[in-house]
Amino acid sequence: MSVLVYTESEEGVFKKTAFEAVSYAKGLADSLNTTVTAVTINSKDVAQLGKYGANKVIDIQNDALQKFRADAYAEAITEAAKKEGAKVVVLTSTTNSKYVAPLLAVDLDAGFVSNVVDLPTSTKPFVVKSSVFSNKAFAETEIKTDVKLIAVAKNAYQVKEVDGSAEVESLDVSLANIKDVEVADIEKSTDKVTIADAEIVVSGGRGLKGPENWHLIEDLAEVLGAATACSKPVSDMGWRPHEEHVGQTGKPVASNLYIAIGISGAIQHLAGVSASKVKVVINNDPEAPFFKAADYGIVGDAFEIVPELIEKLKAFKAENA
Amino acid sequence: MKILVCISHVPDTTSRINFSDNNTKFDTSGVQFVINPNDEFCLTRAMWFKEKQGATVHVINVGGPETEPTLRKALAIGADEAIRINTEATDGYSVAKQIAAVAKEGGYDLIIGGRESIDYNGGMVPGMLAKMLNYGFINTCIGLEIDGNTATATREIDGGTETIKTELPLVVGGQKGIVEESDLRIPNMRGIMQARKKPLSVKDPIDANSATQTTKFEEPAPKGDVKLVNTVDELIDLLHNDAKVI
Ligand SMILES: Cc1cc2nc3c(=O)[nH]c(=O)nc-3n(C[C@H](O)[C@H](O)[C@H](O)COP(=O)(O)OP(=O)(O)OC[C@H]3O[C@@H](n4cnc5c(N)ncnc54)[C@H](O)[C@@H]3O)c2cc1C
Repeated sequence: MSVLVYTESEEGVFKKTAFEAVSYAKGLADSLNTTVTAVTINSKDVAQLGKYGANKVIDIQNDALQKFRADAYAEAITEAAKKEGAKVVVLTSTTNSKYVAPLLAVDLDAGFVSNVVDLPTSTKPFVVKSSVFSNKAFAETEIKTDVKLIAVAKNAYQVKEVDGSAEVESLDVSLANIKDVEVADIEKSTDKVTIADAEIVVSGGRGLKGPENWHLIEDLAEVLGAATACSKPVSDMGWRPHEEHVGQTGKPVASNLYIAIGISGAIQHLAGVSASKVKVVINNDPEAPFFKAADYGIVGDAFEIVPELIEKLKAFKAENA
Repeated sequence: MKILVCISHVPDTTSRINFSDNNTKFDTSGVQFVINPNDEFCLTRAMWFKEKQGATVHVINVGGPETEPTLRKALAIGADEAIRINTEATDGYSVAKQIAAVAKEGGYDLIIGGRESIDYNGGMVPGMLAKMLNYGFINTCIGLEIDGNTATATREIDGGTETIKTELPLVVGGQKGIVEESDLRIPNMRGIMQARKKPLSVKDPIDANSATQTTKFEEPAPKGDVKLVNTVDELIDLLHNDAKVI
């Protein structure tokens, strides 16, 4: 009756969110007086999960799972969960985990809560706190089923290293019921930090006047090792690609630092980015609503401030390297 | 081709979110309800299949009578028929069970709904439906073409896109990109008049217990005042020494 946690990797390498999820599972297992079993698919160096609290790792290596396939991954994780007799299954909130989660919920007949931000407020009954209404509120939800499924929100639970090691066990999965799909094409920029993985996100709005000025955002992002993002109208006007659109109807942002430049701070924008830990706004209108939601702000012209910021950050980075 | 579009009835994006009854209920007073934005993108794509490929489009919602104006709006946008399953939508799992029961009888080739609703953000109904119906499932879909029985779908992945070919029947969780913002339709007078005459059937729910129950809400802690700084040097110093994020 251990806690089972699915640890996602990309090209075999674990993502930071995977460690967050294991740390979360460890916290949960402690309050349930049980152990943590991690399940992982085609990952390398799996024993390292012990450092974050996994007592056991179920290591699935399978050629048919080389490319991510939601139904097949769900089936593999279900097999591991059933084998372990897991009562709680923990996932992250990456795009792929969110894809797998509802399939898994049905397979395990598990009540499912996504965007969970903390350890359960109670384990009997089992009640978890999650963010709802696009970060405008939190809900406490009781999961009533025997098996429980939760997806931990990104950056909500700190990675904690523990003194421990994990035993590794391999599992052959049968994958009996998967559908025929053909992945025809994958387009992925490998040299860019993604909004999902980024610790820092630099975001530009209509205040930047046009796509020709985006070097300001890109250069600033580059010095900071950040991902680039934008407000909705910026992507609607085609200044920037859709995948950069953040906010309530775009991608959610839960980075450590979010820098908003020439973005007014409309309620729909703020809803999507407010899970970020520290928010900085640069805007020439002191009345812009973003100032009410930010931690730090500079009132001024982005076209003067951002170039100076880039130069000074370069110097700062050189000094602190 | 028969298409079913799942329509969630949600507070308008500008809504202030308040709670009543000792923070146990979402306070709907003064709240304007709309078609969930992700669902509206999906509905608009369904209209394209209707107009260009002769598809029939049904819309479905699980909810009380108060959700009917939202379904009428979907009819005014162009859906042929609406179905309301007359029960409170208490959690994603039970909603999916309700829709699956109707969908089983409807023989739909394509079921399409938003990747998530903007109220509970569960992101689970389409995927659960797919599993319950044993249909294929594409999530975070930003492009969908159907040719005979073959679907070509592009979906968003972290850092890029992936294009998949698969067969109908299929459930799709869609979002902006499946159509563009500029493709969205505001119902015209004719559409609104026609919508009044289109069938909106009310169905009794099946017995489906909810798997989860929200017992309490909480508003986020009030935000401290912004710290305004005058120079870039000061900002860098604060981000490094105070916030420790660079
Ligand atoms: C259903 C719905 C869903 C939506 N979802 C989203 C969403 O997910 N994400 C989102 O972002 N929006 C969303 N919106 C749109 C949102 O309401 C705002 O319109 C949008 O966020 C505004 O974008 P902006 O801040 O870039 O532009 P504006 O509101 O035009 O703001 C531009 C800002 O730039 C500042 N500025 C101008 N010049 C300069 C300068 N030289 N230096 C510094 N600052 C300058 C201005 O003072 C202003 O504050 C949604 C709207 C609706 C109706």
